[in-house]
Amino acid sequence: MTAAAGAGHGDAEGVTRRDFLLIATGAFAAVGAAATAWPFIDQMNPDAAALALASIEVDISGVEQGQSIIVNWRGKPVVIRYRTEKEMQESKQVPLDDLKDPLARNDNLAPDAPATDVNRTIPGKEEWMVMIQVCTHLGCIPLGQQGEFGGWFCPCHGSQYDTAGRIRFGPAPENMYIPPYSFTTDTVIRVG
Amino acid sequence: MQHDYFPRYEPKSGFGKWMDARLPATRLMYDSFVAYPVPRNLNYWYTFGGILSLMLGVQILTGVVLAMHYVASADMAFESVEKIMRDVNYGWLLRYIHSNGASMFFLAAYIHIFRGLYYGSYKAPREVLWILGVIILLLMMATAFMGYVLPWGQMSFWGATVITNLFSAIPLVGNAITTWLWGGFTVGDPTLNRFFSLHYLLPFMIAGVVVLHIWALHMTGQTNPTGVEVKSKQDVVPFSPHATMKDGFAMALFLILFAYFVFYLPNYLGHSDNYIKANPLQTPNHIVPEWYLLPFYAILRSIPNKLLGVIAMFGSIGVLFFVPWLDTSRVRSAVYRPLYKQFFWILVIVAIGLGYLGSQPPEGGYVIAARILTVYYFLHFLVIVPLLGLFETPRQRPASIAEAVLPPGGGGQPAASAAAPETRG
Repeated sequence: MTAAAGAGHGDAEGVTRRDFLLIATGAFAAVGAAATAWPFIDQMNPDAAALALASIEVDISGVEQGQSIIVNWRGKPVVIRYRTEKEMQESKQVPLDDLKDPLARNDNLAPDAPATDVNRTIPGKEEWMVMIQVCTHLGCIPLGQQGEFGGWFCPCHGSQYDTAGRIRFGPAPENMYIPPYSFTTDTVIRVG
Repeated sequence: MQHDYFPRYEPKSGFGKWMDARLPATRLMYDSFVAYPVPRNLNYWYTFGGILSLMLGVQILTGVVLAMHYVASADMAFESVEKIMRDVNYGWLLRYIHSNGASMFFLAAYIHIFRGLYYGSYKAPREVLWILGVIILLLMMATAFMGYVLPWGQMSFWGATVITNLFSAIPLVGNAITTWLWGGFTVGDPTLNRFFSLHYLLPFMIAGVVVLHIWALHMTGQTNPTGVEVKSKQDVVPFSPHATMKDGFAMALFLILFAYFVFYLPNYLGHSDNYIKANPLQTPNHIVPEWYLLPFYAILRSIPNKLLGVIAMFGSIGVLFFVPWLDTSRVRSAVYRPLYKQFFWILVIVAIGLGYLGSQPPEGGYVIAARILTVYYFLHFLVIVPLLGLFETPRQRPASIAEAVLPPGGGGQPAASAAAPETRG
């Protein structure tokens, strides 16, 4: 160290004002670099048009029990299924301990709601399954009313869901998601 | 650099001397590709580096002209590719060269990698050279994957969906990362546009890493089938004409195979579903990637847990980074390693087997077989290779390359001078 540093700016450990300036400048440059990088990263996130969350209204008056329709919501297929009594009975008899994913994954309920059959629908409309028909493994679209559990079967990697869209077998980690929806009338569902 | 066996560049003309004092580019090329010494016993497995350089050039050239006609838009991409096939002059040829070129590129890369594993090319002092090669492989996979998305067929779309969803396996931030990759809530127009941009960028990054790869190669020199380092001028021949001619001949043979696919089997290696336009509401019954990614796909599917499957898939390439340190043997070449040689061929069969299983539906016996082969794949690198170095008794190695390949008592001049007519240098 120079005599000037020792005399004017240093302390016992020999830390000088120059050291402080170097660290401060470096830190400032690092923050600046990160702030400059952010727009280049964030531009890849969904843009304003994609975020403008569209909701759709679906007329379900023509759907008979045991039938499904698939509608497009935010680019994803949403299945609306009028479930049969048998399907609901089978689903209700499944003990919660048998489920791979114990959570309902229902945007209309609390996030920690258990995955009972009732919790996979909205109150009073248990016969209607409204579900994003996208496999929670790697995003394929499962085929309806197939597989060992009579629900959905994903042809990509063999995941199987039951009649309430809950994962029962295969690599998918979670139950298929229930989007926010409501009945505007008895025959019109609003998704989103 | 072991470099003084053959005369280096000497500018002859006045302009050459003037330029050499200012920008010695000719010197760099001459010293790297003419006077550069290569082991005299390189066999044809060593020509795939040159073939790979050629393939990178072919892909960039055809890709640049295809981009003049392609439209990166979810509405028009599929039609623009059909337009290239039907309307653009020689568009069919350029596209078939590009799509089959990707397969040929990977074929050559896999042979090149297995060559390295057989002859121990990754061992000290060539660890960095090897690691750069693994980085190139990863870049190639990213490039090929994004290129496959561009025609916007059913396999394009659903391949992109499955692969981008791999990132959703990351705990906590997985879904945010996937949405960020997509630029939306599914694979769509923004995804296609960014993939096109990156598909154009990555080959030039590959070219950059290739320069580093060759630089690292020229620091240490090539390995050779004996695994014994170059010790004297007797062991080497100048790159030109020896390696240039041999590489050129191998390239010509390789191009014949390439041309056979382009002209006679242009769609053999592709999937017919990719001639159906992408439909976001319907997944094809059986999604498969291109053949060169099948072994990794089989590893992904063999594990019934999303996160662990993804880790295993990336780990199967990641483990290659550590091969220089996992191999504990003092002997480089499998020629002198009787046990390693057998395990090497088992690995080749396992890799091909995984590729086959990756092409089959994920059910029953296929899943069980894929699990067994996946376990073996990792056992090979993490257990067998480290233990072999400790327990294997290697065969006697030659004292030098010249001793291994030249008749004894040849003296200073190689006896096989007919095969080396230019050794007057």
